[in-house]
Amino acid sequence: MSRHIISILMENESGALSRVAGLFSARGYNIESLTVAPTEDSSLSRMTIVTTGSEEIIEQIKKQLNKLIDVVKLIDLTEAGHIERELALVKLRANNAIDRDELKRLADIFRGHIVDVTPESYVVELTGTGDKIDGFLEALGDRSVIEVVRSGSSGIGRGDRSLDL
Amino acid sequence: MELSGGEILIQFLKDEGVEYVFGYPGGSVLHIYDALYGQDELKHILVRHEQAATHAADGYARATGKPGVVLVTSGPGATNAVTGIATAFMDSIPMVVITGQVPTPVIGSDAFQEVDSIGITRPCVKHNFLVKDINKLADTLKKAFYIASTGRPGPVVVDIPKDVTDPMVKIPYSYPKKVEMRSYNPVIKGHSIQIKRAADMILSAKRPMIYSGGGVVLSNASAELRAFTRLLGYPITQTLMGLGAYPASDKQNVGMLGMHGTYEANMAMHECDVLIAIGARFDDRVTGKLAEFCPTARIVHIDIDPASISKNVKVDVPIVGDVKLVLEDLIKLLQESSVKPDESAKTKWWGQIDEWRSKQCLEYDRQSDVIKPQFVIETLSKLTGSGDTYVTSDVGQHQMWAAQYFQFDEPRRWINSGGLGTMGFGLPSAMGVQLAYPDATVACVTGEGSIQMCIQEMSTCKQYGLPIKIINLNNRYLGMVRQWQEFSYEERYSMSYMEALPDFQKLTEAFGHVGMKIEKRSDVEGALKEALALKDRLVFLDFITDRKENVYPMIEAGKAHHEMRMAADRELS
Ligand SMILES: Cc1cc2nc3c(=O)[nH]c(=O)nc-3n(C[C@H](O)[C@H](O)[C@H](O)COP(=O)(O)OP(=O)(O)OC[C@H]3O[C@@H](n4cnc5c(N)ncnc54)[C@H](O)[C@@H]3O)c2cc1C
Ligand SMILES: Cc1ncc(C[n+]2csc(CCOP(=O)(O)OP(=O)(O)O)c2C)c(N)n1
Ligand SMILES: [Mg+2]
Repeated sequence: MSRHIISILMENESGALSRVAGLFSARGYNIESLTVAPTEDSSLSRMTIVTTGSEEIIEQIKKQLNKLIDVVKLIDLTEAGHIERELALVKLRANNAIDRDELKRLADIFRGHIVDVTPESYVVELTGTGDKIDGFLEALGDRSVIEVVRSGSSGIGRGDRSLDL
Repeated sequence: MELSGGEILIQFLKDEGVEYVFGYPGGSVLHIYDALYGQDELKHILVRHEQAATHAADGYARATGKPGVVLVTSGPGATNAVTGIATAFMDSIPMVVITGQVPTPVIGSDAFQEVDSIGITRPCVKHNFLVKDINKLADTLKKAFYIASTGRPGPVVVDIPKDVTDPMVKIPYSYPKKVEMRSYNPVIKGHSIQIKRAADMILSAKRPMIYSGGGVVLSNASAELRAFTRLLGYPITQTLMGLGAYPASDKQNVGMLGMHGTYEANMAMHECDVLIAIGARFDDRVTGKLAEFCPTARIVHIDIDPASISKNVKVDVPIVGDVKLVLEDLIKLLQESSVKPDESAKTKWWGQIDEWRSKQCLEYDRQSDVIKPQFVIETLSKLTGSGDTYVTSDVGQHQMWAAQYFQFDEPRRWINSGGLGTMGFGLPSAMGVQLAYPDATVACVTGEGSIQMCIQEMSTCKQYGLPIKIINLNNRYLGMVRQWQEFSYEERYSMSYMEALPDFQKLTEAFGHVGMKIEKRSDVEGALKEALALKDRLVFLDFITDRKENVYPMIEAGKAHHEMRMAADRELS
């Protein structure tokens, strides 16, 4: 079992997303996260899927995705150098000085930013790999966490490794 | 030319060369049916249930190779069509299904007869489209036909809201001759390095086996398959979907493989050292227990769909491409090669295969007075010859007997639902075949269970004068279910018996056709001859067959190719 980040360029058609989601559920493939948004070319959208499976399953996933008529191009980012980023917004209970200091310090260590402050709470914005965000949440423990929103991973190849037409 | 959406659809279908549309009207397609009115270039066949429309279009497609076309209304019309769409999808059959939809402004409001046809059909189509803009109608239809009939074929649904076909809204129309799709370009030419590797492996074989499937039929590559197989002199087995691509009567043919394949085919699979899979998809009915599948073989696999390759069984030399083109290339290489197949190894291998053959795994009691279902099929095969006879089938024991005992010597003559196994497929698919080939003999082999799933289509047959010969192997059981219950559930025949069967003869007569009931073996041949002589009448032959006959040989669930169960009397020999 290994974790793969698959990036897809798809025709920006209504229903394209449900074709991908439907494929994963119908065939019982794991899906850790899926993000999608239009690209600089408005006729295309780009999707990033994080999935896990044996090498054979990952191979099938890629073939089945490529088989979808709306999929124009696909790369498996994890096959070579790539950058992975996920955004997390974390609302924390911060209603006394000691907690506030400690949470501020922790956010700094993980290079997060406090983007909202009330007498009762902080909202920390954090970007990084999925692992890094997991690490931050672990460091916090559950005592101070009120709410966590994660965007799911986006990724891009390093250097001249690109997904374009 | 300024046309409404409804007129564009009809004109497009004519321009596309469509002969028949199989359909059923309803609210959201009324504009389209109005555009259809008063012309006779495009022929519409009015079925009695939308499932039958899809099966008829499917049968037409299987027999001709051209996409079948269906037109149904929104809501229940679309949902009734789903079984037929899924049937075509599983067997990779080209089909374009036009479904009406509620008008665009009310989509999503639970409008009358609204269902999300795109959502419902998504998992069982090659692709589907919702056309919200009349300006995109013609191009979308062109894409639908292109996608349905190229690469690995399959059904495509085009969902058209009623307002798009409004007779008051007209736009200029011209037939789109070309399709450009950046996201869809199936590979058809095999990779030359892979083909060379395959040729080397094929020539190095000591115990070779050719395993060919439905892809050869879909690719119209029967001639290439024959040339390839004869050039090598290797044994060939065919899947249920591939039957006829290579002639059954040829000595290199060892019969079907898999669950109800022949002993020799399955044993040869188990013992072979090089397996050449051509347009076949390693279905579980074929492979048996995967862990023991072809344990000593290196495998070459030719398939147009990369996702078919190494899906169930890991292969050594994959070749993505169209069977016809790849076989052409392979044949050329084999002819040019200085290496030739090892003749002494081949002789030894054929000796082994002949020994397996001598078990005569398909023997049965030909003397019994009770009609044996195998005897009916064998006699039908003998009387019709396979050349211009088309056999469609329903699903169950009768389907397996048809596959085992009818000699299919040509492709596209054997028409059945393999992947989905849809009871109800037989009669409507025969309608599509008969329309495509009005002068051919079309026999529908069925069972008393299956035929009742689409029996209303006898009415359609009356309307269009379709002289189909329905061969009902009436064992008064859902026989395939009963067989499994006998083998695996200690003969607890739960719900595999129907108490109140109709009098099929009278029922057929009520539909305006000829009904016959045959109860003795000695009457079988005479009845078939009589029916076949009635060239312009549909004849329903109700053969009262041996109730407890089973399909042999059989690989039971979870077993491997070399663990076949033979008929009790065969076991002894
Ligand atoms: C009751 C019952 C019992 C059955 N028992 C058996 C049995 O004993 N034996 C048996 O064989 N089957 C049996 N089946 C059928 C089985 O379920 C499968 O449908 C069948 O085995 C699949 O056949 P296939 O591998 O030829 O594939 P198909 O479904 O015909 O698929 C064709 C393959 O060819 C590829 N292809 C398509 N076009 C091209 C092209 N132009 N070029 C190259 N490749 C192409 C496709 O991508 C696909 O991989 C049974 C079915 C039923 C209902
Ligand atoms: C629509 C549908 N429902 C259920 C089944 C399961 N099934 C497979 S074979 C069979 C029995 C078919 O009976 P019959 O048509 O009499 O054929 P026989 O096996 O007796 O020859 C059944 C119920 C199916 N294949 N299709
Ligand atoms: Mg029966």
